[in-house]
Amino acid sequence: MTLLRRDLARLLLGGRGGGALLPVLFFLSVAMLYPFAVGPDAPLLAKTGGGVIWVAALLAAILPLDRLVEPDIEQGLFDQWALRGISEELVIAVRVLAHWISFGPPLMLAALPAAALLGLDGQTVRVVEIGLLAGTPGLAALGVTVAALTSGLRGGAALAGLLVIPMAVPVLIFGAGSLGTGGESGLALTAAASLVLIAIAPFAGGAAVRASRG
Amino acid sequence: MQGASGTYSVTATDLACRRGDRVLFAGLSFTLHGTEALQVAGTNGIGKSSLLRIVAGLAPAFEGGCTVQGTIGLLDEKPALDPALPLGRALAFWQALDCPALEGGAADTAAQLERLGLSGLLDVPVRYLSTGQKKRAAFARLLSQKAAIWLLDEPLNGLDGQAVELAETLTAEHCAAGGIALVASHQAFRMPNLRTLELSRYAA
Repeated sequence: MTLLRRDLARLLLGGRGGGALLPVLFFLSVAMLYPFAVGPDAPLLAKTGGGVIWVAALLAAILPLDRLVEPDIEQGLFDQWALRGISEELVIAVRVLAHWISFGPPLMLAALPAAALLGLDGQTVRVVEIGLLAGTPGLAALGVTVAALTSGLRGGAALAGLLVIPMAVPVLIFGAGSLGTGGESGLALTAAASLVLIAIAPFAGGAAVRASRG
Repeated sequence: MQGASGTYSVTATDLACRRGDRVLFAGLSFTLHGTEALQVAGTNGIGKSSLLRIVAGLAPAFEGGCTVQGTIGLLDEKPALDPALPLGRALAFWQALDCPALEGGAADTAAQLERLGLSGLLDVPVRYLSTGQKKRAAFARLLSQKAAIWLLDEPLNGLDGQAVELAETLTAEHCAAGGIALVASHQAFRMPNLRTLELSRYAA
């Protein structure tokens, strides 16, 4: 569909915004800095590395928030979509999908070299990857919702980052928590938290866009 | 635009608009049918844009209501074109949304762009365009939408003398083809059979 193609082109390649590359590079640099900061203690790195990957993924997801929704409201695109009978909910749902595609799979790929840098074993890498697959859609939905809520506010970008962090805690707890237990229940709960966020996002985001119209 | 001219209409009944705690206008009623054009005139801040947004359904009316028969095209101060994209691709996005199965329309579109003086600008990113060029690009978007009802919010802002004439001609052609135009402008808008609505008479 045309909307998805536009969103993908904008978020993946992104021109001035840096596109999908910026969050991935940010993610990798965090994973690279961490061993420098704690020192070359292999057991410690292996034990905490999974959690670091999760925190880095969350922070990387926050990076593109300010250009997810706000520019389209400012440029009047949402008004034009509304005139054509394309609901805000649909636009937001498509945007969640596009946002996820632009940072979820790239992060999962980048997690492999990151895991190597941190010296994680195969089992942990597997749990991290499945956890990211289950958790990043929720982070994408949350990001778009918060971006819609804070669009039009002064300092909205900084506020969006602050709002996402506490709300991402459930995904983070279950996702990173599943590393310790290595169990499937943690991953299942991550997926559940993700699904709840995805289900809410179009309606909350759509309502936020309409409210910002004033 | 297809269909007989009689099928399109805009009917506003007893409209009132409130911004914040101020009622801008009240008791406003009008009816427009195909081929008719109405200019909403008045000073800045009197509620011209708000009236257009109520008619477009983008803002709620404080009182009264507005019924619209036909598709709406809105042209306001926001061009709704991706600033980072070249003009050609930004316009193509709307074209793909408005008429996905457009085959014979390509030549038609090229002629429109030529007429608006945009043919040479298709490779230029939208953010490098001047105010007037953006306005003309917005006209191109509006034309390709083929909406029956045009809501024009200050359509002449930023346009030079020649482009003003062109905008007036395009609107006249749109009405002659059976469309409706509702123009909010504080400037004179010259076209045949244009009625004028002084919004100040309804100011609360």
